[in-house]
Amino acid sequence: MDTSFSEQDIAFRDEVRAFFAASYDEELRSRAANVDTFKAAVVEWQRRLHKQGWIAPGWPVEHGGTGWNSTQKFIYESERAAAGVRDVVPFGLTMVAPVIYTFGTDEQKEKFLPRILATDDWWCQGYSEPGSGSDLASLKTKAEVDGDDYIINGAKVWTTYAQYADWIFCLVRTSSEGRKQQGITFLLIDMKTPGITVNPIVSIDNHHSLNEVVFENVRVPMANRIGEQDKGWTYAKALLAHERTGIAGVADSIRNLGEVRRFAEQEVNGGKTLASDPMFQSRLSNIEIELMALEYTELRVLATVAAGGAPGAESSMLKIKGTEIQQAIQSLRMEVAAYYQGVLPNDLAEEQLGHSFGSAARQSYMYGRAATVYGGSNEIQKNIIAKAVLGL
Amino acid sequence: MNFDFTEEQIMLRDSVERYMREDYDFEKRREIADSEQGMSADNWQTFADLGWLSIPFAEEHGGFGGSATDTMLVMEEFGKGLLIEPYLATVLLFGAALQKGGNKEVQDTLIPKIIDGSCLGALAYLERQSRFELSDVLTTAVADSDGYRLNGEKVVVFNGANADQLIVSARTSGEQSDEDGISLFLVAASAAGVECSSYKMMDGQRVANIVLKDVSVSADKLLGELGGGHEILTAVEMEANLALAAEALGIMGQLNAKTLEYTKTREQFSVAISSFQALQHRMVDTFMDYEQTKSLLYRAVCAMTNGEEDAATAIHALKVMVDRAGTRIYAEAIQLHGGMGLTDELDVGHYAKRLMMIITTFGNGDYHQAKFNAIRYN
Repeated sequence: MDTSFSEQDIAFRDEVRAFFAASYDEELRSRAANVDTFKAAVVEWQRRLHKQGWIAPGWPVEHGGTGWNSTQKFIYESERAAAGVRDVVPFGLTMVAPVIYTFGTDEQKEKFLPRILATDDWWCQGYSEPGSGSDLASLKTKAEVDGDDYIINGAKVWTTYAQYADWIFCLVRTSSEGRKQQGITFLLIDMKTPGITVNPIVSIDNHHSLNEVVFENVRVPMANRIGEQDKGWTYAKALLAHERTGIAGVADSIRNLGEVRRFAEQEVNGGKTLASDPMFQSRLSNIEIELMALEYTELRVLATVAAGGAPGAESSMLKIKGTEIQQAIQSLRMEVAAYYQGVLPNDLAEEQLGHSFGSAARQSYMYGRAATVYGGSNEIQKNIIAKAVLGL
Repeated sequence: MNFDFTEEQIMLRDSVERYMREDYDFEKRREIADSEQGMSADNWQTFADLGWLSIPFAEEHGGFGGSATDTMLVMEEFGKGLLIEPYLATVLLFGAALQKGGNKEVQDTLIPKIIDGSCLGALAYLERQSRFELSDVLTTAVADSDGYRLNGEKVVVFNGANADQLIVSARTSGEQSDEDGISLFLVAASAAGVECSSYKMMDGQRVANIVLKDVSVSADKLLGELGGGHEILTAVEMEANLALAAEALGIMGQLNAKTLEYTKTREQFSVAISSFQALQHRMVDTFMDYEQTKSLLYRAVCAMTNGEEDAATAIHALKVMVDRAGTRIYAEAIQLHGGMGLTDELDVGHYAKRLMMIITTFGNGDYHQAKFNAIRYN
């Protein structure tokens, strides 16, 4: 058992650190934080990463992955978060791409993977429906065969960034026979296809990132189907385990917790900084200790995967603990902001307003409620662990 | 980066696991706990024969030269079987203090005797008023023509009544809670002026209060530097906390496994109670508590092995986790066992009580969280 870094690891860390310091500049950072320039800034950043060859550390080398070992991936992720560099948008790179390179045809791989690597296409995920959330397999969006095409009718909901998307990957129903998990098909759909409407949903953080996507007689070529008809659930399940390991967000939480601490050093209550208050310190360390543990839980899971194991139900634990910690940090940041936690976006300069982080704290706290809901709610994750790990 | 164990480590772990499973069943343990001595001399000799008593000691003294990982693996298995023999007291407290502070002659004499099973030891560090502070020492050691003269009282001395040799912390200078001025002395249990009152704790272990009245020790029985005992005690405590956390992890795993098994067999409303989601989610919570504790234990052991600066931080964090997660786990184990969980007959309560003693030994979660906060945030 040894978790120390080798000399090569340290050299790699320095290389990654230098790259982020030089490439993720202030200008890009502020454009990515502004809703009007968000998409362009993200695309530009992801292309810089692509040029560097680091856009897809999780992919197999033959499809454009980096070939890093799990230590290097850990270092990369830690450095990225520590530098405050935003993670890549996951829908293409870490969600649909593994399905395409694992289950797709050669034509599909050739058509989609290079464009995902280059962020030429922006992807979104069409899983949840108005009537299907935790019970995802009950989905009803229908695909009927018509010659070499499917005709899609139905609606998807909570679709993040659908307003920016060029493509959507969807689970659709092709059969009502047998168990509900059977009869589901995995389709890749061009968002420009006639019959698709994107309706915005403003969320509790007063932002628009979520959408409803409605399909009315949308024609999709069979060539856009992943694997076999009616077998889509199998492909989607493989993807979900991938989705959950990344969802822990350990490295980002370490950075965010440090930021909360720095904010608390600036806040003064009764002549003393909030950061020196023993009650506050204990709330901070309650989170930090869980996070120190989770970092090693993730490393242990990654070590299992590196040794040839699959990220199984343990990834559900990473999801539960990771999102609980994220929310605890967001909650603590709100308390540090005190009255300013309620500030909505406005045109006042920081000097006039008297505060710098209240509005951002509010936004991340409010939207952060989603973390224990999406990717399979935490209650569903507990069901998965009960079944797979405890044998219940 | 890897979490693998060496072949040697796996063999060591398996040998302890097999012994605890085959030769140390719960009823046998209960008999030992109820005996006058509170331990089995035969078992102790077996441990010596199997080489377990040699693990942390340097090879020059006939030891195995084991690492923190070796001790962790052994202690986890001891936890699973609720070992009652004074391994912690003799090997990891008394022995470690000797290894760190003893002069060559004392080490050459005593360490081989610990290893061959002929010397039982105890570390008398605690006093009535000192709670968790190793520096709170009122027992005095005054220099005289023969060496030193010790007066005072030590309490809750693990293995105090069975020990042949004691290591006693006593003040040679400074005020009550000063870290400087504490010295460690090797005292024979049979020395004139040593009065030992033995009693039993809820986890079955025998401890003693030891009164020292004008106990005379020669100058060569001073361990380490005069007045420098606190540093040795702290180092011993840090490593012991790792070992205790490993023992706790073994117990936590057993409690979870026994609870899961019980809910699968216990039927109410004509179904196994494990089919109830309310219980399933609670068992998932305790499963995660176990995994998180294991992760912090590995983190702390790796930090200690690599001599990382933040080893102390990791150990404090670990002790907080053992308290919080351990408390949830034993409480859920008792609750999910229903009325049976309340019986002395069932082993669950005995695991719970040992875990409770581990949590409080060398400081509970709140104590270690304050230390953690002081290092990280002040």
